[in-house]
Amino acid sequence: MRDLDRLIPKLVIAPSFAAALLFVYGFIGWTVYISFTKSGILPRYELDGVGQYARLFANPRWDVAVSNLFVFGGLFIALCLVIGILLAILIDQKIRAEGVLRTIYLYPMAVSFIVTGTAWKWILNPGLGLDKVMHGLGWEGFSFDWLINPERAIYTVVIAGVWQSSGFVMALFLAGLRSFDQEVIKAATIDGAGMPTVYFRIILPSLHAVFLSAVVVLAHLAVKSFDLVVALTGGGPGYATDMPATFMYAMAFQRSQLGTAAASAVMMLMTVMAIIVPYLYSELRERRS
Amino acid sequence: MRKTTGGGFGVSCLSALALVAGLAIAAPKPAAAGGSVEVLHWWTAGGEAKAVSALKDQFEAEGGTWIDSPVAGGGGDAAMTALRSRVIAGNPPSAVQLKGPSIQEWAAEGVVANLDDIAKAENWDKLLPALLKSVVTYEGHYVAVPVNIHRVDWLWANPAVLAKAGVAVPTTWDEFNTAAEALKAKGIIPLAHGGQPWQDATLFEVVVLGLGGPAFYHKALVELDDAALRGDTMVKVFDQMRRLRGFVDPNFSGRDWNLATAMVINGEAGFQIMGDWAKGEFLGAGKVPGKDFLCIAAPGKGFLLNSDSLVMFDVKGADKIEGQKTLARLVLGETFQRTFNTLKGSIPARQGMDLADFDACAQKSQADLTKAIAADSLEPSMAHEMAVPRSVRGAIMDVVTAHFNSSESSAEAVAHLADSIAQAR
Repeated sequence: MRDLDRLIPKLVIAPSFAAALLFVYGFIGWTVYISFTKSGILPRYELDGVGQYARLFANPRWDVAVSNLFVFGGLFIALCLVIGILLAILIDQKIRAEGVLRTIYLYPMAVSFIVTGTAWKWILNPGLGLDKVMHGLGWEGFSFDWLINPERAIYTVVIAGVWQSSGFVMALFLAGLRSFDQEVIKAATIDGAGMPTVYFRIILPSLHAVFLSAVVVLAHLAVKSFDLVVALTGGGPGYATDMPATFMYAMAFQRSQLGTAAASAVMMLMTVMAIIVPYLYSELRERRS
Repeated sequence: MRKTTGGGFGVSCLSALALVAGLAIAAPKPAAAGGSVEVLHWWTAGGEAKAVSALKDQFEAEGGTWIDSPVAGGGGDAAMTALRSRVIAGNPPSAVQLKGPSIQEWAAEGVVANLDDIAKAENWDKLLPALLKSVVTYEGHYVAVPVNIHRVDWLWANPAVLAKAGVAVPTTWDEFNTAAEALKAKGIIPLAHGGQPWQDATLFEVVVLGLGGPAFYHKALVELDDAALRGDTMVKVFDQMRRLRGFVDPNFSGRDWNLATAMVINGEAGFQIMGDWAKGEFLGAGKVPGKDFLCIAAPGKGFLLNSDSLVMFDVKGADKIEGQKTLARLVLGETFQRTFNTLKGSIPARQGMDLADFDACAQKSQADLTKAIAADSLEPSMAHEMAVPRSVRGAIMDVVTAHFNSSESSAEAVAHLADSIAQAR
């Protein structure tokens, strides 16, 4: 009987553990293996060294994809944090109709990236959206053509992404602010600290765990951003808004270059690991000590 | 994916039935049976779907069983993914819609069937243009059957708009540039274009053929000859591409080709360079060829060919092999070629047919095709996956679209083109 008691938890966890082992780590291993072969239209299993990585790094389109990832990722994370924290602080001021406002800010999160991308595509299209409305209102000189400008198009992806995700950051921080000990705030106020000082010197620094969670979630959203780019710009104009994920898709499914696609997927995995591993390391070390 | 699974289920049902039939050994084989085929394709848009169901009806009239596996979306990317998983699982469909060097790539994997018997019996060697024959054969053996011929290098024009600007139909690129400037001066968009990489590549190959001629086109975009790719002619091609960039409206980015066609239909734009599938848009809008719209061969001496084929995969079972043979015979038969191509807007792959009941544009296309075959100026389309492997095509498209959407100089673009092609091969 006692043996069974000890066995049951293991039995219960075993199937999902096996599934995760195969379908997550097994396929990661497979992808890594494929990236070292000459696979083209179908997977081939003879090893071929680092040829696919050499190809990948010689491809100018990959350079564009990687630099776009840094531009988009950096701006997306920074703007989401700034706007999200600001919204959270403003909502925290014991205002009327707080519930309604919170829902409005959080709502974009409920919309899929495809919908966000399509909507912003219409809004930013010079022939349909903002430009046309402004011209209709009589402001003839108004021009906002970032969507079709190869140098600026990546920033339209940032706009749409920030619109979608800053509400989520607000929700995270609002929860953090609400759980903050009110006595400390009272004490600080009695000592003569103004509201800005209270927020920026006392409350926000103590929310570093929330901060870290938000960054990790936003960073992985940025790395895997695919649907937003596809819906908003289709990777264009040209391939100016290509991201590693869209690059990988193009190589694997449009160009019959499975090997190169696998190599780019491995590079994306490395990027995510570079973010996640230090985070996990710091988390685990904190818990142990 | 669900459709594919459905098809697979159908196949297993059928094989179960075949097993039951096989048990009754004494019974003679039904004579009328044309076998069974499963056809994986992405002909899902209006006219295309009608064209496929015409083939289905014909196949069933021969006593065969037709299992339809349409996979919509992504210009065939989704269908290719489905095909890949089916082949890896060892359960390929009988026939798949494929084209150009992809046929050779699949044949090189050793997973396609041999159609030499049926080709010999039906005399395909005589019926097909030599270029098309080289596309559907692998190492001298027929592995696919072509269903149609599309011409890519068409210039569509709105005659009313041309008349308003007082310009004539252009026959050279210089005349085209002059006409476009005149249209621009009248406040009309000279060239309706959608800024998607494949559309940019379509413009590009038409210009390559126009400025370089068929021999140069062949050297540069079929043989991928480095000297041709880096030569002066290619610099001129990119110069012309830069001029064309000046003739499109500022809002072209990401526009679908049929919306660009609509701009010509509505008189917003003068010209569009697009394959003959654009004709369907004009006809669908109730326009009459020659009166409401013009189909003109784009400046240049040649004919850029795009053609869909059904590739037969290596399947097991007499019933399925029988079905493939029946299908192959029907597809290149005169009846199917006529119905399919009338519905799809292309012209028959089978040569020597009377096209009296086709529209004027199709007849002109056939006349030009015959001339091009005689003059050896028939070339496979690069942008539409007929000339080079998908990886090389992708590399060319990247360079062309990057140049079109930036201020890169022609010399830089030429260098990028040759380098990317060398790297993608």
